[in-house]
Amino acid sequence: MSRLSVSLPGLNMKNPILPASGCFGFGKEYSKWYDLSLLGGITIKAATLEGRFGNPTPRVAETESGMLNAIGLQNPGVANIIENELPALKPYNIPILANIAGSTEEEYIEVTRQISASPLVSAVELNISCPNVKEGGIQFGTHYKSAADLTRKVKEASQKPVYVKLSPNVSNIVEMAQAVEEAGADGLSMINTLVGMKLDWRTGNPILANKTGGLSGPAIKPVAIRMIYEVSQKVSLPIIGMGGVSTAEDVLEMMSAGASAVAVGTANFVNPYICPEIIDSLPALLDEIGVENISEMTGRSFRKWKTPLSSR
Amino acid sequence: MMKHLLKVTSNTEIARNIFEMKLTGPGVGNMTSPGQFLHVSIGNHTSKLLRRPLSICDVDLEREEVTLLYRAQGDGTKQLSEKQNGELVDVLGPLGNGFNMDEVDIKRSALLVGGGIGVPPLYYLGKQLKNTGVQVTFILGYQSLEDSFYIDKFKEIGETIVTTADGSFGIKGFVTDAMEQSLKEEPVIYSVGPAVMLKAVEEKADSLDGYLSLEERMGCGIGACFACVCPTETRKSGYVKICSDGPVFKMGEVVL
Repeated sequence: MSRLSVSLPGLNMKNPILPASGCFGFGKEYSKWYDLSLLGGITIKAATLEGRFGNPTPRVAETESGMLNAIGLQNPGVANIIENELPALKPYNIPILANIAGSTEEEYIEVTRQISASPLVSAVELNISCPNVKEGGIQFGTHYKSAADLTRKVKEASQKPVYVKLSPNVSNIVEMAQAVEEAGADGLSMINTLVGMKLDWRTGNPILANKTGGLSGPAIKPVAIRMIYEVSQKVSLPIIGMGGVSTAEDVLEMMSAGASAVAVGTANFVNPYICPEIIDSLPALLDEIGVENISEMTGRSFRKWKTPLSSR
Repeated sequence: MMKHLLKVTSNTEIARNIFEMKLTGPGVGNMTSPGQFLHVSIGNHTSKLLRRPLSICDVDLEREEVTLLYRAQGDGTKQLSEKQNGELVDVLGPLGNGFNMDEVDIKRSALLVGGGIGVPPLYYLGKQLKNTGVQVTFILGYQSLEDSFYIDKFKEIGETIVTTADGSFGIKGFVTDAMEQSLKEEPVIYSVGPAVMLKAVEEKADSLDGYLSLEERMGCGIGACFACVCPTETRKSGYVKICSDGPVFKMGEVVL
């Protein structure tokens, strides 16, 4: 066990860093930039039953300290992913978190059944929080009952642990987290993007062809920290934290809020090397605050005992 | 390593809101294929996150210097225009696939058609084509005389026909209004500009061979985020990614 290793259901990671779904494709693009085996794990782009083209372009717009995207779950379909995309990741020997989406309960269940059967998949991330598709996605993620029902059914269909990816676009994220915990989720991923919009002031028209999109990047990090902080005190599930993380300091902040692992999203677009750079920077930061093992950071914002934890 | 810190050697306004930026440093030596682009960081990774894809306009391999032209239009490119000599610019690249120059070897004549800020990569392309003995003709479209740039430099490479939308310089109209005569020699066509222009060029070119370079808002620039896709009828997937499959495509390959 190295000092950076963390262990979550289905995910034994040599460090707590994994790219977030949708920000890393299926890994092969970034494999040209660095050795993916450096990562703690990888979250692959959402799979749906059939291939999807996604939304019209423009699909991205820059905002202050963030960006809006409305890709629309473009992917080649679950069978194609299992056959062509997953095998390419095998040589890196890192846990694969497979994000799954659908328009109907039946679609979610079938995608889960297929992808969780792949020996290359370590865990499933149930995407009930995509704001950019008309059907499914966030519909399931904003009503407690439908989120819990879907979680229960996906859990039944899955051969691997199930992480439910929560939307911040709800009035009470704690109740949502508790609902999916009760329904049998093994972990939580939070947060997905915040629904936003940007207009061209000259024409009055939205920049995104989809009109609205999901806001990501450093702008949303305080929201993510707050939500993880609140949820982690009320549920006993491990949390994969995400939302605007772009430095090693951000990672430790998010773990302090209650995350057990941390996903990096938009920052990959800013700097393709960001994940390995963050991983490299973590040990020195732990030294600075006198912490031996990174897993001790989780939830220290609300735990009674304070740092340095390793000298307890 | 395809991420470089390049030093600004000049950054000047050469037409209304059009800037010519020259950058030097290791990494320039790989920028040999016209049509490729650099994904340029504005230099402020917290407020302006996304990089700007800028086509390579020219490369001086001996001096390790690359030239980029860009329009200072939004906040990000305005910030870029304020970069001083000696400052460092973080770039990824060269990214994407450049123009295919093989077919032109047989035909020995090429027509390069560009509109507005799409014009820059045609300069580097024209230079390389000329060096291999190809006869190059340019048709360059601008909004007006005030918006035009690099015309004298293009003239050094080959015949250069200019159109302006308002008629303040050259032929009044669009690039397609000036293509007729040049098409008689059945050249290979290379075109860069907004999609609406590329579509018109493609129609005008009819059955001639050619290549189009597409523009789109990009995220990662390396094919991972699926922001800059374009439909196609010729590939099984039904789409191409402009950043990594392109930005150059064969005429007829993508649905404009």
